[in-house]
This record gives sequence, C-alpha cells and structure tokens, in this order.
Amino acid sequence: MRGWLPFEWIAAIRFLRDGWMQTIFILAGVSMGVAVIVFMSALLTGIQANFLNRVLSAQAHLVLLPPDEVARPLRAAEGVIQDAVVQRPSQRIRSIDQWQTVLRQMRDMPEIAVATPVAAGGALAVRGEASRSITLTGVEPEGYFRIVKLPASIVAGQPRLTSEGIVIGTDLAVELGVGVGDKLRVTTARGRDATLTVTGLFDLGNRGVNERSTFVALRTAQSLLGLTGGVTSLQVTLHDPYAAEILARLAHGMTGIRADSWIRTNLQFFTAVNAQQTSNTVIRLSVGLSVALGIASVLVVSVVQRSREIGILRAMGARRGQILRVFLIQGGVLGLLGSLIGSAAGVGALVAWHASVRQADGSPLFPLMIQPQLFVIAAVVAALTGVLAAMAPALRAARLDPVEAIRG
Amino acid sequence: MADALAPSEPEVLRLDGVRKSFGVGTPREVEVLHGIDLVLRRGEFCALIGPSGSGKSTMLNLIGLLDRPTAGALFIEGRDTRDMDDAALTQLRGRSIGFVFQHHHLIGAFTAAENVMMPLLLDRNRPDAAMRRGAEALLDRVGLLPWMDSRVGNLSGGQQQRVAIARALAMSPALVLADEPTGNLDTKSADGVFDLLREMNRTSRTTFLIVTHDPRLAQRCDRVIEVVDGRIVADDAVPMPRRISTS
Repeated sequence: MRGWLPFEWIAAIRFLRDGWMQTIFILAGVSMGVAVIVFMSALLTGIQANFLNRVLSAQAHLVLLPPDEVARPLRAAEGVIQDAVVQRPSQRIRSIDQWQTVLRQMRDMPEIAVATPVAAGGALAVRGEASRSITLTGVEPEGYFRIVKLPASIVAGQPRLTSEGIVIGTDLAVELGVGVGDKLRVTTARGRDATLTVTGLFDLGNRGVNERSTFVALRTAQSLLGLTGGVTSLQVTLHDPYAAEILARLAHGMTGIRADSWIRTNLQFFTAVNAQQTSNTVIRLSVGLSVALGIASVLVVSVVQRSREIGILRAMGARRGQILRVFLIQGGVLGLLGSLIGSAAGVGALVAWHASVRQADGSPLFPLMIQPQLFVIAAVVAALTGVLAAMAPALRAARLDPVEAIRG
Repeated sequence: MADALAPSEPEVLRLDGVRKSFGVGTPREVEVLHGIDLVLRRGEFCALIGPSGSGKSTMLNLIGLLDRPTAGALFIEGRDTRDMDDAALTQLRGRSIGFVFQHHHLIGAFTAAENVMMPLLLDRNRPDAAMRRGAEALLDRVGLLPWMDSRVGNLSGGQQQRVAIARALAMSPALVLADEPTGNLDTKSADGVFDLLREMNRTSRTTFLIVTHDPRLAQRCDRVIEVVDGRIVADDAVPMPRRISTS
C-alpha cells in the first residue's frame, strides 16, 4: 500500500488488478473506441484542412460588390403598373460607391484579418497573331497576396506588380508563347489598351485558372477598365472562415452593398464539409456511448461480484461515500488508461496509414495533422465518461445493505 | 436477566426493550425480536445460542449497528444510537465494534496484513507505518507473522479465520461480534480459533459476543445467553471476579 494514496484509490486499483481479465477486456474495448475516435478525428481534420486550405487559399472569405443594376417597371399611376414584363439590364462594370469608406469600415472590424480592393474585368491578351480572353485583376499586392497566396505559386519570375507589369498563368504563357520579360498587349472592351511586361508566371494547379487569370497593379486595371479611382470589389478574409455568413450579413447591414460569403459561393463544398463534420460527431458520440456502456456493464458485474466484500467494508466502517468513490475511480481509471492506450494506437494507425496510402502523383493523401490538444481532450473526456458511466454501479454499491450483502 | 454480572465494569452494550419487525406496514409484517433487554460489560466473553430462526443473527445485526431496531433503545459504550444518522452509525461501528464472520469474509484483493489494516485505513483514509506495525503485532499474536504479505486466498481456512480475528481487533474495539467463527472449521482448527478468541479477551479485555451452535464451545464461555423465538430465555453468567482472577 502506498502511503500517499487514500483508501479509495488503493481499493479501486486493487479491485481492477484483482479482476485483471475483466480489466484487460474493458481496457481493450475502451482503447479501441478511443483509437477509432482519435484516428478518425485526425484523419478528417487533415483531409478537411487540406480541402479548406485549397479552397480558401485561392479566394477571399467575403467579397463586397456593387449592387446589381435593376430596371423598374413603368407605372401609369400610383400602384398601377403599365408594363409588367421587365427585362433584366446587362451589368456593366461599375465601381463600389465610396469604396474607401467601406474599406476603412471593414478594416476596423476585429473579426476581419485582411481587406483589400480589387478592380477586375474581362480583357483580351494579344501577342502577335495569338489572342486569348483573360480576366484582368488589378490588386494591391501587399493586401491581395495575403488572401490569394500567389507568390507561393510563382514558378518563374517575381510576383512584382509595377504599373507596366503583369503576372500570368503558365498555360496562358504557353498559348501566347511568352515568358518572363516578354511583352504582351492587353485590350479591354472599352477600347483601351496597354503593353505590359510579363514579370512572373504562376501555376495555381488548375488549367482554367492558369489560362484565364492575370494580375496587374490596381491602377493599371483601373485605367484599362475605365474605372478611374474605382474598384469592382473588396476582398476580405476573416480570422474565422466559418463566420463568413454572419459577417456578410453584418457588412451588408453596415454598408448597404452586396456581400457574398465563400460559404454561399461554395455552398456545395460547404454542405459537404458540414455533412462530414456531422457524421464525424455522430460516430464519435456513438463510439463514446458504447465505451461508456462497456465500462458501466463491467462495473455492474464487478459490484455484483464484490457485493459481499462491499458489505464487509461497510461493516468495518466504510462510509457510503468511500464505496461510491472506489467505483467512480475505477470508471475514471479505465477511461483514462483506455484513452492513453487508444490515443497511442490511433496515432500509430494514422502514421501507418499516412505512410502507406498515397495519391496518384505520390504525394500523401492527407496532411498528417496530430494535434496534442486532441489527446488531452480525449483523456479528459474519456476519464469523465468513465466516471459518469461508473455512476450507476457506484451508487448501487454505495446503497448496498451490508446485512443483505454479507448474507449474499 | 438484563444485567447478570456484577456492575463493577463499564457497560459496553445495553439493549432496552429492543424489538425488530420485518415487512413493517405490509400484511406480512412479522416481529422476530420481542423486547430484548441485555447488558454486556467490559471484558465479558459471552456465547449467544439458540435454534435456527430464533433471532440470533437479527440480534447480532442490530448490536453490530448493521440494522436498526423497530422499537427500543440500543447503547454502545453508553452512546444512544437511536438518533444517529447513517454516517454516525458507520463511524461508531468502525471504531467500537469488530466483526468475525463464519466465512471469514476477508477482502481477496489484499494481503493478510492489509486486511488487518483495513479498519484503520477506512477510519484514517491513508495508510501509515504505525498501521503496518499494528497489523504486524496482531498477526504475530495470532501466529501468522510469516504469512503477513500473503494474499488471503493462499491461506488455509483456519489461517484466514485468524486473520479475520486480528482484523476484528485492529481498532481495539470495545466489542467483538463473532457469528459462528468456528462453524466452517474442523475440530482442531475450531479449538485453535476459540482459544485465540479467549486469549484475546483475556489480554485485551475486549468484550466478545459469540453466536454458536456448538454447545461444547458455548460451555467454555463465561456467560451463555439463549434466545428462543425472539426472546432471551436463559442467561447463565459466571461471576466476573473469577474470570478476572484467571486473566
């Protein structure tokens, strides 16, 4: 007997050791449950983070846009519509009204990480006989590159945006036959054109994007698109991407302009992420519940088996609280030990899986994201689950009538 | 009959008109003890005899504070137990009463020494060196010092009962209740265990109340209390001075 341990701990550990076969079986059960939870959580977190990173590293969480232009029906008199069929007008490129004020308002909000103006529109890139339609995006690099990680995707040259520089995708460069340092002519529908020097080539991993997207300095785009001093959108990233929808409504309320969140524009993806999270939670809860039931059933059996000993302990002066704690501690210890073994097994399985399963290009299927807090949470939750699961058998043990228990 | 011995020694146990009924408030209510009056004094060595179903075990459970009387008063070392709650009864039971059961009822997950230490551990909640020394001394007295670190499951029936006796004395209780302590042992072991109880009584002046069916053992006690149909029908006391002079 260890001097620093109180009676409850001594008895709980001895009872677990004495019924070693039951203890081993339930520990195996708890460990497997925790291993499944740890493995699945880490795997899904990794895959989700990977997807999310891919989606969110190429777009803003929130895009503020000028409101659509609408045509009003012709009215003959108050409340009398003369012509009910109204054709939707085409949407010309327009600037956000007083965008500097809106930008300041956005930057002042604590939830917002980055807010930057963008002037974008369609254009034609011409090089000799070849021409391709492009999306001309004028940006302030110091802000925009924090949203779209373009510098990380540069494969040649620099992501430098001078007033005469342009950064284009690798596929467009191939089609136009240009490289870094070459010039190409950009023409817009407004009839404005400029000859720009290719300063960098990027590869964003998507052929369509690499063919169409081009980046220039904000002033260059404003000039080409006929938006002197104006911008077509404000791109915003948030500290919490999942708060985008709330922030979109808030921004719309504050500024009156249209605010599209990434959740809305990627609704299908977000629905998939949500479904995955929900199924993950359901599986975790189910496994947790079965672990709890396993612990409870083993302890119920233990109480029945030890009822005479419990009666003897009560006869010798054991208080109800002491007996209660003996069994609660057993539940907690089973949960805690099971979670430690299970966490180790889960991580082992994850590492093995990560090493053995590869994508077609040889890269890992998912990033190995092992969060230490997951184990701490698993240990605490498992121990608490064990204690809660032990509550019913422990109460039963504490309430045993010593006379009946001793008689058996 | 309630106080058969000379009142020179302090009272350890007093029962005043103790009644016990089962199934109270139901059509099957039955009274098994009909107003028991009994006094046990310090150092007495008593046998409680009677046929099966006479109420001996019920009486022992009441005296051991494992159950409550339906009516009447029960005093342990002068303390009235009527108004005590469960926690107070448990504490009084742990400190003043030791139990020896027919089937020893040791805790199998612990060694002999740890079983002997158990009442002290329950009372003080943490083991210490003094507890261990106390257990060693008691096991030495019952002749089991070499087996002190053995798991109790590895001991013979007689040895286990000796451990149970040592455990019953661990808290130096005023009263030891023994329910058929030799009932499960062969004659030789039974004699050995009885002699040990007797010796403990002489050396520690602990009061013993032993339930037995064995008339041979009952005759070797100083006082024999006979219960029939829930009533004390005989209480033969041997005068205290003679017993004291032999100790």
